[in-house]
Amino acid sequence: MIDTAVIAESLPAFAQGLRVCLLLLVISLTTGLVLSVPLAMARVSSRRWLSAPVWLYTYVFRGTPLLVQLFIAYYGFAQFDALRQSALWPLFREAWFCAWLAFSLNTTAYTTEIFAGALKATPAGEAEAARAYGLAGWRLYARILLPGALRRALPQYSNEVVGLMHATAIASTVSLVDVTRVARDVYANHLLPVEAFGTAALIYFTLTFVLVGAFKLMERRWLQHLQPQRATAPAPVPAHAA
Amino acid sequence: MDLQGYGAAIVGGLWVTLAVATTSLALAAVFGLAGALAKLSASRALRWAATVYTTLIRSLPELVLMLAIFYGGQALLNRAGLALGLDYIDVPPFAAGVLTIGFIFGAYLTETFRGAILAVPRGQLEAARAFGMRPGQVLRRVMLPQLVRHAVPGFANNWLVMVKATALVSIIGLDDMVHRANLAAAATREPFTFFVLIAGIYLAVTTVSIALLGALEKRYSLGVKAVSF
Repeated sequence: MIDTAVIAESLPAFAQGLRVCLLLLVISLTTGLVLSVPLAMARVSSRRWLSAPVWLYTYVFRGTPLLVQLFIAYYGFAQFDALRQSALWPLFREAWFCAWLAFSLNTTAYTTEIFAGALKATPAGEAEAARAYGLAGWRLYARILLPGALRRALPQYSNEVVGLMHATAIASTVSLVDVTRVARDVYANHLLPVEAFGTAALIYFTLTFVLVGAFKLMERRWLQHLQPQRATAPAPVPAHAA
Repeated sequence: MDLQGYGAAIVGGLWVTLAVATTSLALAAVFGLAGALAKLSASRALRWAATVYTTLIRSLPELVLMLAIFYGGQALLNRAGLALGLDYIDVPPFAAGVLTIGFIFGAYLTETFRGAILAVPRGQLEAARAFGMRPGQVLRRVMLPQLVRHAVPGFANNWLVMVKATALVSIIGLDDMVHRANLAAAATREPFTFFVLIAGIYLAVTTVSIALLGALEKRYSLGVKAVSF
């Protein structure tokens, strides 16, 4: 029924595809994480000239398909002779660079909104107390606002990470040989859809579970205070309360 | 922007994109409602099946599912057809695309609808039964109007994601806006012009959708007092 020989023969290619998928995921996520913290701070700023451009950026990137963004980066920019003759051309000619650019800008837009939402959810008293202690500006953000907001953002951020991992499948359309591309090649060579796409599905399925599990662990560590309380023996009544 | 006569073709592609999106949404609503009812049913087998459906679908990339259903479904159909002595069956890309997207987003809508059903207070259903309403009447008069209100935000979100996901159907050969932009880009050697154009069109669709869905949400929340601080 299932041709295991075809699967066994294509496993090295799938392993290579997995490497491409993971590498693209890691470099895009890192870029997104680095960019979205300052952008989220700008997004929640009360200064319009700071928040409006970030709002526009996230609106445009969240309102258009990633596939089209990738096509603009990889096929679109090549239209301009000025770029083709510039020093940047060796970069824009590369599928890797364009995929990194499109995926990073896309995930940065979503992550910025997630972090901005978490920042806005800061209890007003927390910021007030920090200000009363004399914290302001960068120190207020670094010590009070960001540690709380990034923790609160964890569950939503995990959704974004899994979503981005799934989105890397789209890189197969610009000649990157990721898991999906390998599956399509195996299908084209053998015309065995179950073997080709089933193997790819199994890989993505496992990856999803590993990522979700990793984030569960992180939430257990950093969102400890939100864990449901375990029933314990009632605390002894302090002497002075009696 | 000089479109060199491809403007009409792109607009025609927009209709294909919107047709795929709306048909998929209708299908996803059916899958979602069935999934939600199965998840809340008393039957363990149904609950289990619905859980497998939502877990599996939501842990795989849309593109992989689409390719698997398009090519796999085709192979399966032809194996069945061969057994029945039928000729080669060609699955039309429109049907394959709509089925796949509807099936995928049905899994997401299952959770939306499940939450919406649970948000309707049990006591109201009991009261309606006590007034002598038949189950159908309870569903139509008490359940649905409130279910819709709770489901609208999740529904809206899914619609926005789904419109963008339809861009993927160009990969399985559907003649949508992305596919036409590809053709126009190749013919005119102006890929930037056409991809930026369709990006703008997607953004316009998103903007209009947000406005309409916001109005819809307001309409269904009439009579619900908002918290004021």
